[in-house]
Amino acid sequence: MGTELTRAVFNGVLGGGVYALMAVGLTLIFGVLDIINIAQGVMVILGAYLSYALSVHLHIDLFAGLLVTVPAMFVIGVAIQWAFIRPLRGSDRTSMSLLASYAVAIIIEGVLYLLFGANFVTLNASYVTHSVYLLGFYLPDIEIYGFVMAVVLVAAIYALLYRTRFGKSIRATMQDRTAAMLVGIDVNRVSALTYGIGVAVTAAGGMVFGASGIPFNPNSGYDLISRLLALIILAGLGSIGGALAAAVFMLTVESVVDIWQPTWAVLVFYAALVIVLLVKPTGLFGRQAARAQ
Amino acid sequence: MNRVVILRACLVGAALAAAAIFPIAFTNQLVLTMGFFTLLYIVAAVAWNLFSGYTGYISLGHAVFFGSGAYVTGIVARDLHLGGAAEFALLPLALAVGALIAVPFGLIALRVRRHTFVVITIAIFFIFQLMAFDLKTTGGTAGLYSPFLPWGPVVFGQRFYYIVLALAVGTVAISWLIRGSRFGLQLRAIRDDEDRAASLGVRAMPVKLTAFVISGAITGLAGAIWFFYISQILPGSGFDPIFDLTVALMAFFGGLGTVSGPLLGALIIEPVQYYLNFQINNGYLSQIVLGALFLLVILFLPRGLVPTVGEKASSWRARRESRALDAGAISAGQVVREQASGPGPIAKGTAR
Repeated sequence: MGTELTRAVFNGVLGGGVYALMAVGLTLIFGVLDIINIAQGVMVILGAYLSYALSVHLHIDLFAGLLVTVPAMFVIGVAIQWAFIRPLRGSDRTSMSLLASYAVAIIIEGVLYLLFGANFVTLNASYVTHSVYLLGFYLPDIEIYGFVMAVVLVAAIYALLYRTRFGKSIRATMQDRTAAMLVGIDVNRVSALTYGIGVAVTAAGGMVFGASGIPFNPNSGYDLISRLLALIILAGLGSIGGALAAAVFMLTVESVVDIWQPTWAVLVFYAALVIVLLVKPTGLFGRQAARAQ
Repeated sequence: MNRVVILRACLVGAALAAAAIFPIAFTNQLVLTMGFFTLLYIVAAVAWNLFSGYTGYISLGHAVFFGSGAYVTGIVARDLHLGGAAEFALLPLALAVGALIAVPFGLIALRVRRHTFVVITIAIFFIFQLMAFDLKTTGGTAGLYSPFLPWGPVVFGQRFYYIVLALAVGTVAISWLIRGSRFGLQLRAIRDDEDRAASLGVRAMPVKLTAFVISGAITGLAGAIWFFYISQILPGSGFDPIFDLTVALMAFFGGLGTVSGPLLGALIIEPVQYYLNFQINNGYLSQIVLGALFLLVILFLPRGLVPTVGEKASSWRARRESRALDAGAISAGQVVREQASGPGPIAKGTAR
């Protein structure tokens, strides 16, 4: 029992790192653009399929392939923002952008179906099947590598936000868009780049997700996005530290519940979300008392 | 009697007559099926708009009501061994199920606004889909079958058509009555500024919840009829995220918060989608087309068909009137032109 529990905690923390990476992208986009990118889930799957295509057809290593897929996803993100999100104006902007990103999601899903079919696939490499003996457990190499990469990338985003001039303009835009414009920040550029960064991390997240042993198909995006949304709402929209904490915490809880109740472990996510919102509608680490409508 | 009112009454009468004759004129099964689904989506879109359009709370979880209405009637019909047309006795149950689920759903979700509300509706939607997959009573991934109806294909198509036509007429009537009522004004006040509406004495929560319950009940009923029609339900088809999106697309396309908007949206989009599905014969491609269509609507028709056309028409009418005034003024040799030729009285938001 004890070892099972420790193993569950290990799995939760390792998986939580990857979810944190994907959730940070989502919450960053929310903070700057004030929109929720429903397409984030299917973009993760798109990232996984890009890695899949590179490794199957061109025999490029999964991690080396990220050098291609991350910039590719960045460009896709900037293009989507420029074409579909930026033109939205007016009082209905919030709901319109949500629906626009939902539409983008079903288009990407349809394209993936056409290109790769509905069959479930997994990513393969030597370190996907190999595992190391660590602290009394056999842990798959990929989960450790993935966790390390997620930590490095999240740290890089943190450094970008808090140590660079560009990060300062992102944070300024998050705090007050109008004031940021007044002090001379090119808000449109910041928005486009932030959307690009938020989407680019899905390439890395998607690769680890696809290699972690659970088979995926184009439809897997829905399950992912619902979890990611639950995480960032739970954390409080726009809170990056909160998203990290919520991801690691929820994944740990899920994998612990999984010991007793495998079928209903997923429900923990949504149940926790509902309970937290009943008590504190702004989420655990909410920035401010609910932006007025 | 106003001329516009008479014209409108004639239009409604003509549309009703056309809808009533339709299944007698076209007995082709494919056409009957298309008619059925178009009317079903009119019900769903108008019911969705009745809450989301009037209050501005965009729900992407209405498939919860649709799927629950279908599943509960299916489970009860199976457990009571109902056969044949007896299943229609369960329709009030579907209505009640939609309403009963809407109460706790609304009490949780309506505490938050904007993005958070949308996300909560999505989360609750996934809880229901998960239950459909994992509960024993729902049949899991194998789904459920509805009782067999011993009707010939044409009679089957025609009967279902009239059932859903009656529901559509009722739903549009409810939507129209609500929009003009005090209750409808309260809903729209909440959409424009909830805090201010509350400070002016609108009891926001009960008002929002009532609209949510009405909308959910109708959607539940639509789900049950849909289930009887296609006779099988699966977790993924009963609780379908595409359903949420399609319904929202129809309302947006026609004009959010109007009575005729969602109706027109469904009337245009569903046959187009049906035709595309039939022509392309590839669900994925038609999914891409639906998404692209949605993006085009958002980018180029952000306020929807009905408000945009209404505005264009009234500004055109105003221009024509001012031109007529101009002409009159010139012939009379008067110098009132400057007063008359100003921008026409464009009445925003009068389109219905």
